[in-house]
Amino acid sequence: MVHNKGLVKTVNFSNPKYVGDPINAVRIFNEKEVDELVVLDIDASVQNREPDYNMIKNLAAECRMPLCYGGGVKTVEQVARIVSLGVEKVAMSSAVICDPRIVSQSAEVVGSQSIVVVMDVKKTGNGAKYELWTHNAGKPTGLSPLQLAKQIENLGAGEVVINSIDCDGVMKGYDLELVNEIREAISLPITVLGGAGSLKDIESLIHSFGIIGAAAGSLFVFKGIYRAVLINYPSRAEKDKLITYSPKVN
Amino acid sequence: MIAIVNYGLGNIQAFANIYKRSNIPVRIASSHEELVTADRIILPGVGAFDWAMTKLNESGMRDVLDELVIGKKRPVLGICVGMQMMAKRSDEGKLAGLGWIDAEVRKFDLSNMTQKTRLPHMGWNDVAPCKKNGLFEGLESGARFYFLHSYYFLPQNQDNVLAVTNYNGPYASAVHDGNVFGVQFHPEKSHQWGIRLLKNFANL
Repeated sequence: MVHNKGLVKTVNFSNPKYVGDPINAVRIFNEKEVDELVVLDIDASVQNREPDYNMIKNLAAECRMPLCYGGGVKTVEQVARIVSLGVEKVAMSSAVICDPRIVSQSAEVVGSQSIVVVMDVKKTGNGAKYELWTHNAGKPTGLSPLQLAKQIENLGAGEVVINSIDCDGVMKGYDLELVNEIREAISLPITVLGGAGSLKDIESLIHSFGIIGAAAGSLFVFKGIYRAVLINYPSRAEKDKLITYSPKVN
Repeated sequence: MIAIVNYGLGNIQAFANIYKRSNIPVRIASSHEELVTADRIILPGVGAFDWAMTKLNESGMRDVLDELVIGKKRPVLGICVGMQMMAKRSDEGKLAGLGWIDAEVRKFDLSNMTQKTRLPHMGWNDVAPCKKNGLFEGLESGARFYFLHSYYFLPQNQDNVLAVTNYNGPYASAVHDGNVFGVQFHPEKSHQWGIRLLKNFANL
């Protein structure tokens, strides 16, 4: 996540901790042969400003792995511009909640495969139900993630990122119940974010759901109980071990 | 000199960076003049078929591109939608393709997909070369590349298939016809394997 031009990691979407320079981090992730990188500018929507195209261009040029950018994307023109800078996928959240038609309009221009919808989800009503929030968990929407997931599938989204606000930065495992609910209802590729504290957590996600995207922030930037900043990533052998449960590997 | 065709789509700079780091002369070509002297061409692409064709047709480089590839037989490598544009048509759009290879682009058939297979085909997958070719030198086994697409390239002539990938059944993930090469995956986003492939193209 990018905040004030630096790379940060949050806990429950709050207390951003500086973990380094974005371009430098990309170089390290290149060396570690990371499968995919998601960069979310957490200031853009909140400050109601344009995406930082210069930063995006520099990141895309540096990345030797696929890149997904999100933050402050509200229009089809912005989506097209970001894709033209060499970004494989564009993520949107609050814009889709405002007007889901942006999904189909964008997909028509850049193709469904590049349209990612991020759903920031929080348990509300004393844990009774899941609700979508926007603006870095600043605004409740009253909407159910399940409904939006079905809607954006029909509109031609290419991927859904389920991001648990409650689990973010906590490093105690993914919210598998939330994933299960959405996974059952749609057939889009799903990536799960929020909660991974160890490779074991990724393993249990894959064990439960087969082919699914496992994403993590804290796990790959912190080391040890004192959360010292150290960019790390599993080796190919470690990754292969994690996915041996899966019937087919992509 | 390798020219990367800059018609406003695709990760131009990522290709340029890989070649620069490998000390291979490269140029980003945005006009007829910058393209005409190329001895090798990279045609990148992301986005929907018609959008990409429109951008290329409006770039002012369409004619010189056809002349270099068809007339002068300069090696060309199409990437992702850049590959798909080399076909005659696509299920994704209405516009005519470049027609450099006798092929069409089809949508993956969802009706016969297993429950585990989803669209788009997204992520890392194996690429198995099915004939000997310099493009895959050193990549004969164990190579993985990054894919992101919902449509696939279907050549009329099986001889045009250079490598195969399995996604709900095998399909052509790399093709060639003489000097024309296309790969469905993104070598510029595929770490060591992609760098190797791009270097191989430079040495063809």
